[in-house]
Amino acid sequence: MTSALQEYFDATIANEQRIEPRDWVPDGYRKTMVRQIAQHAHSEIIGMQPEGNWITRAPSLRRKAILLAKVQDEAGHGLYLYAAAETLGADRTELTENLIAGRQKYSSIFNYPTLTYADVGVIGWLVDGAAICNQVPLCRSSYGPYARAMIRICKEESFHQRQGYELLMTMMRGTQAQRDMVQEATNRWWWPALMMFGPPDADSTNTAQSMAWKIKRHTNDELRQRFVDMSVPQARALGVSLPDPQLRWNPEREHHDFGDIDWVEFKRVVSGHGPCNAERVAIRKAAHEEGAWVREAASAYAEKHAREEVMT
Amino acid sequence: MKNEWPLWEVFVRGKRGLNHVHVGSLRASDGEMAVRHARDLYTRRNEGVSIWVVPAAAIVASSPDEKDPFFAPSADKVYRHPTFYDIPDNVPHM
Ligand SMILES: [Fe+2]
Ligand SMILES: [Fe+2]
Repeated sequence: MTSALQEYFDATIANEQRIEPRDWVPDGYRKTMVRQIAQHAHSEIIGMQPEGNWITRAPSLRRKAILLAKVQDEAGHGLYLYAAAETLGADRTELTENLIAGRQKYSSIFNYPTLTYADVGVIGWLVDGAAICNQVPLCRSSYGPYARAMIRICKEESFHQRQGYELLMTMMRGTQAQRDMVQEATNRWWWPALMMFGPPDADSTNTAQSMAWKIKRHTNDELRQRFVDMSVPQARALGVSLPDPQLRWNPEREHHDFGDIDWVEFKRVVSGHGPCNAERVAIRKAAHEEGAWVREAASAYAEKHAREEVMT
Repeated sequence: MKNEWPLWEVFVRGKRGLNHVHVGSLRASDGEMAVRHARDLYTRRNEGVSIWVVPAAAIVASSPDEKDPFFAPSADKVYRHPTFYDIPDNVPHM
């Protein structure tokens, strides 16, 4: 019986068709998919914090409205993804509890602080830019609900990247102090942005299986290279330098060569010892716990009204 | 204490003249809250002019396991398709 199911699953994947919620899937596929979607959802939710930090101190009403809309989008992305995880039988409350107990991870990039308003621009440009590189191929993920969530998310990410880049262009037309802020923020975010694509292919244990299941379409190093190649002309147009003395065009490879990534730092931040890990999780935990009475009150209200409707 | 709001499936009519289409799901304590959350979650950029929410538990679905036998009655009735009928080329407007 299982082998017939397995055959049907394999054929669906091989034919580039999507797996849908009530289909039989191997346990490993379900587990991997839940882990990937949950980690992605957590990243969107935690990702609201570094930028949310600046909402009350935005330099103008226009920038404040834009930043609010952007952070609200990230909340939406998290919710699309939790909904997708639920179609695989995951429990939404449990996922949140996994996040605040440190049992599930989120992208290491959000463990860095946002020191100036230029960080808001650089996050839009580089962090959302890297996210787009990662996410566009996921629109063809073999898991239907995840692929559909990614399509929706990718449409919105374009606004995120463009508002960030426009913010930086505005600052670059300003004072020398503002230009310095942009350069300094670029220096701080460049390497963490490159780490967003995950460990090098040689050390990436899950890649082969994920590629076979078509829940991953390109390797970490392929996507990282694509991001570097896209960012170099963007940096040039902006008038900032990227903090890598080894970064140069390689005409033979037709790609940019770049310096070594500090994987020791990456591992340190992923394992909980980045500058903001504790703060990010503490804020999420407090929001969850302090919101408990609201969730309970809404349930009590709904229950009471449902009872009244039955009686009248 | 565990206090999960029920799951709702969300359908959005993109514009007048189109059907409501399933866009995803969300959690809400009642239907009114589900519609409000659906507006905030699925129509932040004019994606819709009308929203339906349905308790996910109320949906009755065909089972994917019986996919082939369940849809077989429609697969073997080729005469339901216009291309089943040979009409000479010189017959116009058909
Ligand atoms: Fe996002
Ligand atoms: Fe974003």
